[in-house]
Amino acid sequence: MGLRKLALMGAAVVAAGIATSATAQGPNEQFIPGLIYRTGAYAPNGIPFANGVADYYALINERDGGINGVKIVYEECDTGYATDRGVECYERLKNKGPTGAAYVNPLSTGITFALTEKAPIDKIPVISMGYGRSESRDGSVFQWNFPLLGTYWSAADIIMQHIALKEGGFDKLKGKKIVLVYHDSPYGKEPIALLEKRAKMHGFTFTPMPVTHPGVEQKATWLQIRQNRPDYVLLWGWGVMNSTSIKEAAAVGFPREKLFGVWWSGAEPDVRPAEGGAKGYHAAMLQHGAGQFGVHADLKKYLYDKGKGVAKWDETDEVLYNRGLVNAMLGVESIRTAMKKFGNKPMTGEQVRWGIEHLDLSAARLKELGFEGMLQPLKVTCSDHEGTRAGRIQQWDGAKWVVVSDWYQSDDKVIKPMVDAAAKKYAAEKKLPVRDCSKES
Amino acid sequence: MLGPFLETLIGGLLTGVLYSLVALGFVLIFKASGVFNFAQGAMVLFAALTLARLTGEIDGREVHLANFVIAAAILGTALAFVGWYAWREYMARGGGPAERNRMAVLAVVGAVIGGAVAWFYGKGSWPLWVALPATAAIMGVLAYAIERLVLRHLVNQEGIILFMATLGIAYFLDGFGQTLWGSDIYKIDLGLPKAPIFLFEDVFPGGLLVEPGDLVAALIAGLLVVVLAIFFQKTRIGRALRAVADDHAAAQSVGIPLNTIWLIVWTVSGFVALAAGVIWGAKLGVQFSISLIALKALPVLILGGFTSVPGAIVGGLIIGAGEKLSEVFLAPILVRQFDLAGGGIENWFAYMLALIFLLFRPQGLFGERIIERV
Amino acid sequence: MLYREAGQFKTTYGADQQIFPILQDRLFVLAVIAAAVLVVPLFATQYLYTEILIPFLILSLAAIGLNILVGYCGQVSLGTGGFMAVGAYAAYNLGLRVPELNNLVIVFLFGGLMSAAVGILFGLPSLRIKGFYLAVATLASQFFLDWLFARVKWLTNYTPSGSVAVGETSAFGWKIDTPAERYLFILAFVVVATVVAKNLVRGHIGRSWMAIRDMDIAAEIIGFRPLRTKLSAFAVSSFFIGIAGAMWGFLRLGSWEPLAFDINRSFQILFMVIIGGLGSLLGSFLGAAFIVLTPILLNQMPGWLGVGMSTALISHLEFMVFGAMIIFFLIVEPHGLARLWSIAKEKLRLWPFPH
Repeated sequence: MGLRKLALMGAAVVAAGIATSATAQGPNEQFIPGLIYRTGAYAPNGIPFANGVADYYALINERDGGINGVKIVYEECDTGYATDRGVECYERLKNKGPTGAAYVNPLSTGITFALTEKAPIDKIPVISMGYGRSESRDGSVFQWNFPLLGTYWSAADIIMQHIALKEGGFDKLKGKKIVLVYHDSPYGKEPIALLEKRAKMHGFTFTPMPVTHPGVEQKATWLQIRQNRPDYVLLWGWGVMNSTSIKEAAAVGFPREKLFGVWWSGAEPDVRPAEGGAKGYHAAMLQHGAGQFGVHADLKKYLYDKGKGVAKWDETDEVLYNRGLVNAMLGVESIRTAMKKFGNKPMTGEQVRWGIEHLDLSAARLKELGFEGMLQPLKVTCSDHEGTRAGRIQQWDGAKWVVVSDWYQSDDKVIKPMVDAAAKKYAAEKKLPVRDCSKES
Repeated sequence: MLGPFLETLIGGLLTGVLYSLVALGFVLIFKASGVFNFAQGAMVLFAALTLARLTGEIDGREVHLANFVIAAAILGTALAFVGWYAWREYMARGGGPAERNRMAVLAVVGAVIGGAVAWFYGKGSWPLWVALPATAAIMGVLAYAIERLVLRHLVNQEGIILFMATLGIAYFLDGFGQTLWGSDIYKIDLGLPKAPIFLFEDVFPGGLLVEPGDLVAALIAGLLVVVLAIFFQKTRIGRALRAVADDHAAAQSVGIPLNTIWLIVWTVSGFVALAAGVIWGAKLGVQFSISLIALKALPVLILGGFTSVPGAIVGGLIIGAGEKLSEVFLAPILVRQFDLAGGGIENWFAYMLALIFLLFRPQGLFGERIIERV
Repeated sequence: MLYREAGQFKTTYGADQQIFPILQDRLFVLAVIAAAVLVVPLFATQYLYTEILIPFLILSLAAIGLNILVGYCGQVSLGTGGFMAVGAYAAYNLGLRVPELNNLVIVFLFGGLMSAAVGILFGLPSLRIKGFYLAVATLASQFFLDWLFARVKWLTNYTPSGSVAVGETSAFGWKIDTPAERYLFILAFVVVATVVAKNLVRGHIGRSWMAIRDMDIAAEIIGFRPLRTKLSAFAVSSFFIGIAGAMWGFLRLGSWEPLAFDINRSFQILFMVIIGGLGSLLGSFLGAAFIVLTPILLNQMPGWLGVGMSTALISHLEFMVFGAMIIFFLIVEPHGLARLWSIAKEKLRLWPFPH
């Protein structure tokens, strides 16, 4: 006990030293950058997410006066979903505020890849909630990456488990044909490795079919699908590509019940333009879905009733808005966790990293935060930067999203070896030091 | 094998018609003024956005009021500038009756549009038959502004400078359209049937799939081409346009007003952009990506020739069919042979097709013969 | 007054033919280079290095490459992004597969050479096709190359995401890691490349390009072979562009996917060439500075002015003002920023004591 106290004190002194050197005359503010997009080809999906993030930070400031008294200063920068623009935003914002950026949400797999190279040098954690590179959950190699709530390998695995369940077991998939229609970018290519492995394990044929950015021209793809008659089609799209895919599926008469989208293809802007054509379409859920939860009451009370909300009130129950809330909440709670150790003052990126790595949200705590029903309890550790691997499947009934499945856990027997191999390869290529997580508290 | 082939062919041809629609706008402007108008895609987006917002299919969302106010201020400033410029010119020329009439018409049109936008904005949706002419009028104003503010100052510049200027216009319009109307997805509902039609179900297993929306689009495109052909061949303005296309200086010397002709051409291509915007918007939903379909029209242009209206149509059909057939039948073979990560060859295949064709006929399918003079 | 060449007599042919015959020009260029090497590192922040100076220098090199093709030889190309990608992926693969040669200078030159080879291939149609037909035809190379690097797994070393990351960056034992080191390395490369380019365009080969540009049939009649001339322009242009692409991948991004070299990159560089001035190396630098800086400045302007605007509006206004500025510059000076510079120099002959 004494030893631990001593260590804690030592850490606190060091941290205070760092903090005071940085905050000597700085205000009591925590700077958080927001790499978002409210313009360009992906704006319809980017806007609700950005609104959710902005509203949650505003709520913390309005309701609680900041995180433990430290005001959040949030600044948006529009990346337009372009990697070089995103890197510019990051460089512009990373040193703002008394302690620099607490963490960064790249909101694009391409930008995540680019920032993965920069994070260890700048000592700013990269939170890629539900996106980014799948092997980056291995915290021993990717010390600064946090693909919280699920990677694309988890997403693909959850969808495959759901399909297998409907078919009556993975062994029933033998001889089936499964097609992946994907956005032709690192984002869309992520799940291929897992699906290829599953295909080998269970003997189904797997065909990936790329769709070029921005994905408005898919006729050839869907004519091929019509001619090959696959049993299931998985959709890994973003922005206008999603609604176009669903429309084309309707046009070629592919049953929408057998079309499964990833969690970035399962929001209102994806299905609404397809109108009736989207009825029956399934999509994975990044834990939460649409609807209003505990936190929304506070949003109404502290923001929307005072006219301070960024979105419109009747849009605050949408999937992507909620995802923005979850995203911001995880960041705020990470900072709070870090403050427990380092004191109630603005945190540096390095301290926040410690905070994320020790993030432990129990069911009771989630209820307290107003996120009950949106999230399962999660616990991030040094070796597991994903936190939780649970997901559900939802279905569009023509007017709203309906949860149609129980919780699935992605199968770590399949994924863990892949993560280890890929992370090891990355570490070898980049000659990175590998941390021994068993030695860390 | 025949069934899928025919199906892909039909799908490709129908897509090709949509490419033609965009290509038509390019051809009109290039023919009359030698400008390679890269802003055509942005004009399609702008027209579609305007129409979508006017008809009020706004998906329960509204633009931020502040955005609207600022955009209105910019639009107002632009209009005022145009008016001031026209007035100055009018005074400088001593003001002929024709000039006065034109200005009066313009002033009325501008006032009507401005008043209508201000009055009706946010007051709910306009019926299509009001919104369509209003959008057309806005496209006309846009054409006027482009002619006055940009092209008139760049007379006699090299083609590439004009091309760059249209790229600048494209940037401006992309930003302007989104400021004015927001960047969400909007719907244009033409009430077209959506359910796919299956032809010859007894001949081919599963029948041949045809999308009714595409058929209607093809019909509209066909109609547009006929109208444009009549306009070019039979009317006075059409003859003047052809004269300008043949030789700027000669046309001017026989008394054809070059600036008016350009204004007309840009307006007409604005209408074509509106037609394309309506059809693409109804098909895909109106959002930013629509402006990128301009890239799809480029191979059509070089295949059909920059100056030929029928070339744009035939080129569109060839490119559309070639693209889809290559993707469906050639890509899987390539993927198998070379162990590629997926197909997706349709993006470059159209260009390669056009390129190979150009090697044999450098002026395109129906382009005017290039005569080299020393 | 400040810029007066009176009294500077040339007594040898060598002196008469040097790159900068006027003393003031020589001094000025030397001063700029000296400032870039010595003064900039004294105050530059990381942001200035990585987001302004490095992109500016790399894209200037690409603009020089494109200017050789468009400005000096008159062949409009929209395939720049594709050639940059060739340079980047060729450099990546050489560094990866032959670790002994993993030296930035070597891999960059290799990237340039591969790009030149591909450039010659895609330059072949220029012998038949001219003007905008050629411009659109070069888009074929853009889309084909984009596709190639997204699809052929070997080229990306079978990475599942198709995104490649470079490992160690070093040259002759010098580990180039920090932004300042990268900046200096790129600066050295760009200075050397500019000198090479300058000597090419003012020599025999450059004059043959300009002859083809001004009137290809006339040039052919007086004895320039179009095949050799046009293809050499494509090769040299692609060589520079390829090096720029490799630098962009290795020293700017560190990790990239084909989208980094998409069609927007091609347009961006064409903008630089035209805004800067066709047929002017100085223009390539000025154009690159303009195109790199303008969006960044426009984006941050409202923040500096303290105007509270929504992020979306800032982005839209950025588009609008950028487009309007391009049109404005084209109207004011169709010959580009380089012409403005030479007009300024004319003025400086008399200023501040006019007649």
